[in-house]
Amino acid sequence: MTARIFISRDSGALCVGAEQVATAFRKAFEKRGLNVEIVRTGSRGMYWLEPLVEVERPEGRIGYGPVQVKDVDGLLDAGMLDGGKHKLSLGRVDDIPWLKRQTRLTFYRCGIVDPRSLEDYKAHKGYEGLKKALQVGPKAIVEEVVTSGLRGRGGAGFPTGIKWRTVADTPPQQKYIVCNADEGDSGTFADRMIMEGDPFVLIEGMTIAGIAVGATKGYVYIRSEYPHAIEAMEIAVREARKGGMLGRRIAGSEFDFDMEVRAGAGAYVCGEETSLLESLEGKRGEVRAKPPLPAHIGLFGKPTVINNVLSLASVPIIMSEGGPHYRDFGMGKSRGTMPIQLAGNIKHGGLFETGFGITLGELVDDIGGGTRSGRPVRAVQVGGPLGAYFPRELFDTPFDYEAFAARDGLIGHGGIVVFDDTVDMAKQARFAMEFCAIESCGKCTPCRIGSARGVELVDKITKGEDRAANLIVLEDLCNTMKFGSLCALGGFTPYPVMSALTHFPEDFGAEKKRLAAAE
Amino acid sequence: MHRYEPWNAERAGEIIASKAHMEGAVLPILHEMQETFGCVPEAAVPLIAEALNLSRAEIHGTVTFYHDFRKEPPGRRVLKLCRAESCQAAGGDALASRAEEKLGVEMGGTTADARVTLEPVYCLGLCHSSPAAMLDKDVFGMLDEQKLDQLLKEAQA
Repeated sequence: MTARIFISRDSGALCVGAEQVATAFRKAFEKRGLNVEIVRTGSRGMYWLEPLVEVERPEGRIGYGPVQVKDVDGLLDAGMLDGGKHKLSLGRVDDIPWLKRQTRLTFYRCGIVDPRSLEDYKAHKGYEGLKKALQVGPKAIVEEVVTSGLRGRGGAGFPTGIKWRTVADTPPQQKYIVCNADEGDSGTFADRMIMEGDPFVLIEGMTIAGIAVGATKGYVYIRSEYPHAIEAMEIAVREARKGGMLGRRIAGSEFDFDMEVRAGAGAYVCGEETSLLESLEGKRGEVRAKPPLPAHIGLFGKPTVINNVLSLASVPIIMSEGGPHYRDFGMGKSRGTMPIQLAGNIKHGGLFETGFGITLGELVDDIGGGTRSGRPVRAVQVGGPLGAYFPRELFDTPFDYEAFAARDGLIGHGGIVVFDDTVDMAKQARFAMEFCAIESCGKCTPCRIGSARGVELVDKITKGEDRAANLIVLEDLCNTMKFGSLCALGGFTPYPVMSALTHFPEDFGAEKKRLAAAE
Repeated sequence: MHRYEPWNAERAGEIIASKAHMEGAVLPILHEMQETFGCVPEAAVPLIAEALNLSRAEIHGTVTFYHDFRKEPPGRRVLKLCRAESCQAAGGDALASRAEEKLGVEMGGTTADARVTLEPVYCLGLCHSSPAAMLDKDVFGMLDEQKLDQLLKEAQA
């Protein structure tokens, strides 16, 4: 058997030199006359160890990292191919505590398989969900997803099964499955990882959705900032088509389903589902008023399931293992697992998939290892640019949709951005308003005008102009935006602003009071 | 690096014809225009409108809505620095100022020798390794002053 090593081609690995490391290994193998296959995988999500190199051994994959080009010869001299010891040795990758503590359902294969190989996907339980789906038929698929308790992982948390049922109940006609891969939230990268590391799971999830609701066509709308993900998805779609898993009579069944990859064009608001549909139709990405729901009148006016990447990528395992298996993880109304993304000024940045219920403190201090700068953590922003800033006092909040809402926050798409004590929270509040002003689609006034006025107000407050009066106006403006905006962009921008103001008033020149919300 | 074709209505017509059959063809057409010409030239708007039976205003509206579509071709290389929260938390602001200073341009600008266009980007999805940047389609993470300087050198080469 040829020896095999694994190096990620995930852009998170490429951004720290994985391509150069892979090239260095290839050259070293040639020079030494070694017959070693280099398999390019996705990432395991332990980004501080990238470029991570894994060696296939009878006892499992042995890891070394982070590997730089200059380490390659030393590693080979140390007998890396036989699992030899080296200062970069990590032991069996599956035994690394960070990985071992996780419950990987959605990310089961990510970082392990070759994302360009349909065969490899199938060899790692791929398409078992589809097999089950074809056995039980459309109605039972929808009920299985309802049973699983899966909620939209894009941020809104709407039950996926209910959405599917609504579309399934519309009369037969052209229907669509749209995958929202416009992952624009800072601090999030889970969608990117799936698309680059296990794209077939998304194709399988969309295919199952198509069968469940009677849709024959799917679109993945990927943001243009993700060129590697676009390429990975395009290759996977081609491979799936070649292998009879997309197109007419998929997998030899009576169902047809095909899909296309579409690129966004740099508009954050297109992550909002109705704006995304407008964009797919070739228009300005302006938000639509709801109702009508996309489930009734969606893409090109047809009934449409629009789900986030993670929601759709969770479907295959829900089908293969059963809804109850998935539902048994988690807490309260947040069922299953959440791929949590640790980012910002953090020591161990990466993807941590676990059942809902883990506390924010555990995630930041224990799993994330605190700040990379070594300074104390002052604030964390959870849920992207529209998520609230939480101080240490709220670190006992469990990761759960309702628990975060109860503390005026949101989990959104599961991103956590850590800031140390050098952060200026008034500046962050200003940025939130500024970002909203830049990215507003312009359709509704509270968002379009409110955000511009918000920037001015924060400036006045930090300059000390009529501070007390302007603080009241800012709060009032936030309320108007929150309740008067058409979508989450204007509606949720008040979260980072108000949380910064509530928890860090001293940064605005206002008096520090201990918060009641923490109790 | 990128060598864009000069504007050519016939070439534009070919691009449009190759994609006009698609559902929601506008964005795919605009992307290919930009890949070919380095921007979406004003002259392309009426051609697209006519082929898709839409008004010029509708196409103009779409082109101008999206940050990606340029009016003029960029410099030879495009360097995007992430300016979103995660990169802010990891020292991205200081790096952005350093890049502006070293290149002698502000965000959104192109150097006088037309070698580099410097742009802000709001998240590259590399937040686990902030601060991050993208030079054309190559990605860079865990930037510090030294790595940024190296990147700037590469961009200007």
